[in-house]
Amino acid sequence: MSELDLNKKTSEMLAKSEANAAKAEKTFIRPEDEEREVVAPDGSIIKVNPIYDYFSNEKPKEEKPRGGVVEKFLNWARAESIWVLGFGTGCGSIEIPPLVTPRFDMFRYGVQMRPTPRQSNAFIISGYLSVKTLKRVIRTYEQMPSPKYILALGSCTINGGMYYDSYSTINRLDKYIPVDVYIAGCMPRPEALLHGFVKLKQLIKEGKAEKANEYARNFDEYKANQKKIIKDWNMPDYNW
Amino acid sequence: MKQFIEKLSSKYDLQEVVYQRDNLVFAAISKENAIDAVTYLRDYEGFTHLVMMSCVDWIEDGKFQLLYLLNSPDLKSDIGLKVYIDRENPVMDSAHHLWKQVWTYQREIRESFGIDFPGSPRIEENFVVEGWDDKPFMRRDFDTHEYAQKTYFPRGNRKTNDPAEYMRKKLYPNQPVTAKQRKDDK
Amino acid sequence: MINKFLGFKPDEKLLPSQTVTPDTDIDLSSHKYQKIWLGPNHPGVTGNMAVELTVQGNTIMKAKTHVGYLHRGFEKLIERRLFVQGFPTSIRMCVAEPDTNEYFIARSTEELSGYADAVPEYANWLRMLSLEMARLQGLLRGVPGQGGTFALGIGVQWGVYLRDLILDRFEELTGARVYHMYIIPGGVRGALPDGFKERMEDNLRDIDDFIIRIKKLMFHNSVFKTRAKGLAIITPDMIDKYGIVGTNARGSGVKRDVRKDNPYLYYDQLDFDPPTATDGDVYARSWVRWQELIQTVDLIRQIMAKMPDTGDIRAKMPNVLNWKIPKGETYVRLESGRGEMGMYYVTDGSDKPRRINLRGPSYNHAIAVLEDMLVGADVADVHAIMVSLQTCPPEIER
Repeated sequence: MSELDLNKKTSEMLAKSEANAAKAEKTFIRPEDEEREVVAPDGSIIKVNPIYDYFSNEKPKEEKPRGGVVEKFLNWARAESIWVLGFGTGCGSIEIPPLVTPRFDMFRYGVQMRPTPRQSNAFIISGYLSVKTLKRVIRTYEQMPSPKYILALGSCTINGGMYYDSYSTINRLDKYIPVDVYIAGCMPRPEALLHGFVKLKQLIKEGKAEKANEYARNFDEYKANQKKIIKDWNMPDYNW
Repeated sequence: MKQFIEKLSSKYDLQEVVYQRDNLVFAAISKENAIDAVTYLRDYEGFTHLVMMSCVDWIEDGKFQLLYLLNSPDLKSDIGLKVYIDRENPVMDSAHHLWKQVWTYQREIRESFGIDFPGSPRIEENFVVEGWDDKPFMRRDFDTHEYAQKTYFPRGNRKTNDPAEYMRKKLYPNQPVTAKQRKDDK
Repeated sequence: MINKFLGFKPDEKLLPSQTVTPDTDIDLSSHKYQKIWLGPNHPGVTGNMAVELTVQGNTIMKAKTHVGYLHRGFEKLIERRLFVQGFPTSIRMCVAEPDTNEYFIARSTEELSGYADAVPEYANWLRMLSLEMARLQGLLRGVPGQGGTFALGIGVQWGVYLRDLILDRFEELTGARVYHMYIIPGGVRGALPDGFKERMEDNLRDIDDFIIRIKKLMFHNSVFKTRAKGLAIITPDMIDKYGIVGTNARGSGVKRDVRKDNPYLYYDQLDFDPPTATDGDVYARSWVRWQELIQTVDLIRQIMAKMPDTGDIRAKMPNVLNWKIPKGETYVRLESGRGEMGMYYVTDGSDKPRRINLRGPSYNHAIAVLEDMLVGADVADVHAIMVSLQTCPPEIER
């Protein structure tokens, strides 16, 4: 490439970044996710749209509690076996391995770590979330089966913490996904985490941990907030 | 190190030579000689280990400053070569054929400052941010506080206790601060 | 490639039909390859990093690393804060060993403002003690972690429990478990409490016991030996081509250690020799790290024996709220658990720093080295290779 082409290219790049126009028409879908036609082994041609074919096309539904003795029994069962997804999203995930060792044992509370969202009940958001991780957290949260609970760890989820003026971390977590219990501190001790689990159990047994239903009710508002800051949206709208 | 620097400055034209410690020296070199000097240091003088590449934005002078920091494992000392390039037209020759980690540094500098390195492999890929459409974020004229207030929904009622203000009020409560107050006081 | 567990040579038609090097082009539209994304939500990945693999059967043809899930923009944030406000912010750059960043900020501001020799002797010994304790708690998680990738999980439980005891000692000394703001410009923040040395000696005796048990668990184990020997070899001529530092270089026979080459604090008064091995595979690197664990325990005992009993902990510095440092730049380095770490610090004449740039050892190891090392490897060995290179994502993208 000659010198003249390069100068034009860099000045074009800078001009484009200053203008910030017509981004709505640009799509960020990866080449393997585009809609295409595939030849099956027996020779017939099938149309495939990977983003919408493998995921649900409806919106999430609310699950109203049943009430009475049945609900009390189900709440007791849900509270005594909370299975947590093992995804360490930020700095706070360094205080989670001590909980698995016999000194601050969390297994006696019925809490386990699971590797996949399809088998888990609760999600611990440990600290700040950059915009890149928020996209993965939303996809994981929508893949968990209902009823599900979120524990927000650290002061970065409450009002931004010490990264309040950063261009890459979010300030308020509950504009994007609904939160049940906040645990403050920087880092909170493992005993503070156990106190948070006890508080969550109290809320479940009283029937007040209903934030998953609130997500289903105000789905459009949460989705608009999420799409405002995640600029390269290449997932379906509801990732179940 | 002093004889070594004299030998090098007889070959290339070095300005602003600063001996920071007895095993660390910084020197400025022109843009055309930079890659030649780095290749000469790597092949003939034993500075085989590249420590880092970095960039500083001097917006008052209208320049970017690139730094190549080299280390010699035998002499156990470092030399930092600074290159000044123009801020309006930021292009620099690529050094990816010398070491195998240089293309990562060049990819990061392009994303954060906007400097182009033509010929470097995989330079168009994103490094740390996805879907970034504003100006390159490490430049001095990008205000990150204002960007965070505008985009992410901050929770209001945030109080800051600036320690300098607090100490000034406690120790010097009646002294004027601004020039107008000083004039009025007289 | 012959699968060493099968014991016979499989059918030629089922093997990959070309040999690949990192430079060959792969045609994705021919239906021979499959893309797998080993993403951030994975129990085997060290931190929040993603590796995008192109796979044929069980063999990897091409790999790409994706970082940036933990990006907070530290270098931009520190430019907006005063010098002394920068140091609680900069600790959180690296989660595994936070004390190294405190030392960088303290040492750079001292050097650039002319107070480099004003730090008292007792404070320097205390700085050395807290840096070695930070190294110890990083190694207690890293050495059994290699066994954890081959499903020897009990070592990780022992290691994390003993690390908790060292964090208790940190809490006595500094006041916090994980982020201790202890090393400040001018000295340290507090002296050793009474009885600290006896309690530390109790913990070190437990760690001696752990060292023998880990040796029997990992290095006398036939599963570990079959899988780890001959895997991911680093040859000595790759070290300067890629910029490899730390234990990864010492596992191939090249002895590079900042504490011996450019000694800082009082390391030239201590008596130690960095361990090396010659093979350069995963087994050799784990062996070198295990030797370093023994050496770190020995160094802590030497430091506690040689340090003076009392003294000044802080030098007299100017008022930190009004502190202006003249124009200059410097590069400070030290040896962390993973290799050589350094910080490039630039000031102009105002009361805020102009630019800081942290150089983490994982910057080269996780991107340039890992992508070339994974070509031709088996999919089941990806986590073993990642943990053996000790990649720690927060210091790559700060």
